[in-house]
Amino acid sequence: MSAKPNTETPEEHDVAASLREYAKKGINEGIDNKTRLDYYREMVRIRRFEERSLRAYQQGNIGGFLHLYIGQEAVAVGCVSVMKEDDHIITAYRDHGHGLAVGMSMNECMAELYGKHTGCSKGKGGSMHYFAPDKNYWGGHGIVGGQTPLGAGIAFALKYKKLKGACLCFMGDGATNQGPWYESLNLASLWDLPVVFIIENNGYSMGTALGRHSIGTPLARRAEGYDIDWSTCYGHDVYEVRHNVGAALERAHESSRPTVLEIMTYRYRGHSVADADDTYRTKQDIQDYKNTKDPINLFHDHLIEEGIADADTLKQINAEAKEEAEQSAKFAEQSPFPPESDIQADVYWETDNPDERTSEGTLFFN
Amino acid sequence: MALITYRDAVNQALAEELARDPNVFVMGEEVGQYKGAYKVTRGLLEKFGPDRVIDAPISEAGFCGLGVGASMLGLRPVVEFMFWSFCYVAFDQVINNAANIRYMSGGLINIPIVFRGPANGGTNVGATHSHTPENFVANTPGLKVVCPATPHDAKGLMKAAIRDNDPVFVMENTLLYGNEGEVPEDDYVIPLGKAEVKREGTDISLIAHGRCAILCLEAAEALASEHGINAEVVDLRSIRPLDEEAILESVKKTNRAVLVEENKPFCGVAAQICSIIQEKAFDYLDAPIKRVSSIDAPQIYSMPLEKLQIPSVERITEAVLEIA
Ligand SMILES: Cc1ncc(C[n+]2csc(CCOP(=O)(O)OP(=O)(O)O)c2C)c(N)n1
Ligand SMILES: [Mg+2]
Repeated sequence: MSAKPNTETPEEHDVAASLREYAKKGINEGIDNKTRLDYYREMVRIRRFEERSLRAYQQGNIGGFLHLYIGQEAVAVGCVSVMKEDDHIITAYRDHGHGLAVGMSMNECMAELYGKHTGCSKGKGGSMHYFAPDKNYWGGHGIVGGQTPLGAGIAFALKYKKLKGACLCFMGDGATNQGPWYESLNLASLWDLPVVFIIENNGYSMGTALGRHSIGTPLARRAEGYDIDWSTCYGHDVYEVRHNVGAALERAHESSRPTVLEIMTYRYRGHSVADADDTYRTKQDIQDYKNTKDPINLFHDHLIEEGIADADTLKQINAEAKEEAEQSAKFAEQSPFPPESDIQADVYWETDNPDERTSEGTLFFN
Repeated sequence: MALITYRDAVNQALAEELARDPNVFVMGEEVGQYKGAYKVTRGLLEKFGPDRVIDAPISEAGFCGLGVGASMLGLRPVVEFMFWSFCYVAFDQVINNAANIRYMSGGLINIPIVFRGPANGGTNVGATHSHTPENFVANTPGLKVVCPATPHDAKGLMKAAIRDNDPVFVMENTLLYGNEGEVPEDDYVIPLGKAEVKREGTDISLIAHGRCAILCLEAAEALASEHGINAEVVDLRSIRPLDEEAILESVKKTNRAVLVEENKPFCGVAAQICSIIQEKAFDYLDAPIKRVSSIDAPQIYSMPLEKLQIPSVERITEAVLEIA
């Protein structure tokens, strides 16, 4: 019942040829050129946004943690591009890419990083806790693995409401070792929930390489114990991602069954900006991936090769994204911090809606 | 005595106890090859090898419970939480199992385990990463909890915790890791349950633990120079066991108390101390007891607001001026 895992070694994998093949396959067949160009634009927007946020961090405008998605852009963009109206999405703390991909604005995302009142969560959540329920985006979760039962719960709610939708629940390779995920797998399979667990396998759980934190690969194979379909694919190719997520979503929509999809990807930056990134891989490792599998460069070359766009057009898209990111930093800088009274707002529905309060007694103790 | 950081003081305590007792081992996420998320365990893997300095996957419930199980057979695990906030993932293991097994076995089984890591806010990492669960832990009979404020206390308390035959939860602070202080090079322990008067005073008692004790010392200096108020600072160091005597002695001397902690106010550590003072030193009080705690809401991310949410020298000073 399970798809055959992708066991090719990176060396054997002709990335450009594979991209060409997936570009015409199934779900990718017949997409118009404008849409193809949009995939490029989305990936580039994410990268430029994050590069700008890194600069803001280094300038001291952003504090705390900043987990960059750079290198993994084709995963979020590919997955989100397949989502339909009633499909939902939830992820962990490496969440900027998914946020932008679902249509959150750079302004609200950047302002959130700055802790400003104009941020998507009014400066309350920060980098790890983006939310945009109006775009079916349910966060942004800081505790590793904590979002996995929520993903099952969203799927449960969709099924309960008899909607033909599914939940894409993203997680890292390291997160696959958290108990709640296994409980969620059992529930999802037992109750036929339309959830797709997407493992973004970037090779590392913080500073621990895959082989030092997990036994038994591919990780997605763990789904077998729960009679859940699974597959693996590469994450540098937006078309391949679409192809695989498309199949999983179809299974969710048509048969209300879960899937575990493991997507092989790579992060270029440290685990967070604070990670010196000097104990678990070499600069060369990163360079090698960039040289051969950078999702944006690959797609760039492919678009030119296929005559979908010329170099100038793509350059223009880059410049626009850079400018948009720059403007978002300006917006964030100029935005106000939340007022002090905001610390205790948004805690309880009742205190935000005092006229409709039904409980009595003290809710806050200072 | 050498001037070393809080981080290195904890590191020395771990290294010395690993060397002293073969039953001691260190386990947690990124503690070995990565040297610790905050570099507290730097060098331990090289010195003691991978059998005793163990990198665990992100499986807090699993490896915490494993630690409790191993301690049942007499090992002395020192389990690191990258942040104490992550203990909630393992609550059943650290609360239910670690605290109750001795009792339920009628004293047949001991659980000589240490859980340690940073527990603090003030670093703009948002609500999921800024918990200070010492009050939760202290609410659980069977568990002990300490919150060292200085390098000296960190080393002495850590060593005592590792030698203790009960589960001890050591709560450090990422904002203190870089602080330097005098630390004896020789072997010493600070008994759990022993507060320290870190500044003698006559007019008011500032009672605190962890980083708040440091803030109280700063506030005391400001109060002395700007308001002529001579505050005494009692650093609890240990929450359970709690040095009731030191608290009462100080309050009986100064007749006023401000209790400071980073916990949210409801059932915070200070609530317990308040109850002790009013019960055992009521007649000595010249003013109501004041509390300074974090503003009662999930931790806000926004930097300038989080600074307002957690206790500060300014808020401590204000509270003192209201009753002194
Ligand atoms: C319960 C819990 N434990 C530990 C952490 C600290 N931490 C944050 S991310 C991370 C590594 C996660 O790796 P992975 O799941 O592969 O995701 P990636 O960072 O690679 O996207 C760790 C250990 C946490 N946030 N929550
Ligand atoms: Mg990873």
